[in-house]
Amino acid sequence: MKKTSYKDILLGGLVNNNPTLVQLIGMCPTLAVTTSVINALGMGVAVIAVLTFSNLFISLLRKIIPPQVRIAAYIVVISGFVTAVELILKAYFPAISASLGLFIPLIVVNCIILARAEAFASKNPPLAAIVDGLAMGAGFTVALTVMGFIRELLGTGRVFADSNGMGGIALFGNAYPPATIFVLPTGAFITLAFLVAAVQKIRNIADSRAEEKRADAIRTQIIEAQYSDRNAEEEITFYDEEFEEENNG
Amino acid sequence: MAKILLIMLAAILTENFIFSKFYGICPFLGVSDKPSTALGMGMSVTFVMTLASAATYLVYYYVLVPLGLEYLKTVAFILVIAALVQFIEMFLRRYVESLYSALGIYLPLITTNCAVLGAALTNIQNGYTFVESVVFGFSAAIGFTLAILIFAGVRERMKFCDPPKCFKGFPLILLAAGLLAMAFSGFTGLSI
Repeated sequence: MKKTSYKDILLGGLVNNNPTLVQLIGMCPTLAVTTSVINALGMGVAVIAVLTFSNLFISLLRKIIPPQVRIAAYIVVISGFVTAVELILKAYFPAISASLGLFIPLIVVNCIILARAEAFASKNPPLAAIVDGLAMGAGFTVALTVMGFIRELLGTGRVFADSNGMGGIALFGNAYPPATIFVLPTGAFITLAFLVAAVQKIRNIADSRAEEKRADAIRTQIIEAQYSDRNAEEEITFYDEEFEEENNG
Repeated sequence: MAKILLIMLAAILTENFIFSKFYGICPFLGVSDKPSTALGMGMSVTFVMTLASAATYLVYYYVLVPLGLEYLKTVAFILVIAALVQFIEMFLRRYVESLYSALGIYLPLITTNCAVLGAALTNIQNGYTFVESVVFGFSAAIGFTLAILIFAGVRERMKFCDPPKCFKGFPLILLAAGLLAMAFSGFTGLSI
């Protein structure tokens, strides 16, 4: 198997392989809890915690779990950590726990966590699994926070309001008429559509640049090859002439 | 009786699982490219969700509550759902061949469908009785089927669209879903 460095894992989770914006998995919480930045951050931190711990434990157990029942085993490990996070939030952050509601227990069926368990943690040593959990969780959190920022700002005119909708910074000033549709379900779909489109645009540009660079490299290679071919041909003819001369002589 | 009707109406239209609660978005976006597959998925979800609502109700009130283990309901429910899906699959393969050939490929996907777990947890949260739980599970699944079926129809028409390159695929699907959600938000004012 190809050895990947921790830097690759981190970059992969945050940018190149961002679970939400590139892999497009874990859509339910992305759409549901991003009505405000605080909710999005709360969800993100909960997912980071669950993902890191479940990755660590699944990686530690990877040689013990029989492959036939691995999915069931992963779900048990994950749901254990989700229950822990649920209880901690209820005890120490009751406001966030109330506004995230059922989406905390529903982290169990978040595809990101099961996907990382299956694709990464079950094949890699514990330390790499922890780094992967942190990176993927951070990528998820960043995407959710950006969504929450856009939706809260356009939908209510203020950002960083607490879970009761109080406080917050009015970025556009108080005269801004809030476009409520952005905090409604419709706004969730449309905001995510534009975000993913923006990411695809950036990737398209990057792809075409890389393509150009590759084409340039190939062109220089061809020219060089032609040049060295001509030299080689000349040398051959030279030797041929010499050979013929020798024969004639 | 009125309460049962109210639960049904809310679960199918005003609080549609897809468009107002965001449960089950993955299959909604993933298996909605053709009306036939969408219908298959919807029927499987209906089947599993109704049975899962009944099973989780029984597990919660007859096993977890007497033992004082209510806080383990997430763990217990996901295991019950996984076991139930496995059992349904085996039962259908053995006894109802025709239904198995129609729904078989969708069944394994349903274990990790958050709509099923969401329905089970909502039943407990709202304190529904056994009959109400089953009715809620069934009607929420009908709401899901309705949404995914309409959306599959929309997506079939969208195949001939020529959007900007960066909107191709997923963003366009999301935009269409957003417009459909807007239509469904018209039901919000509905009340009996």
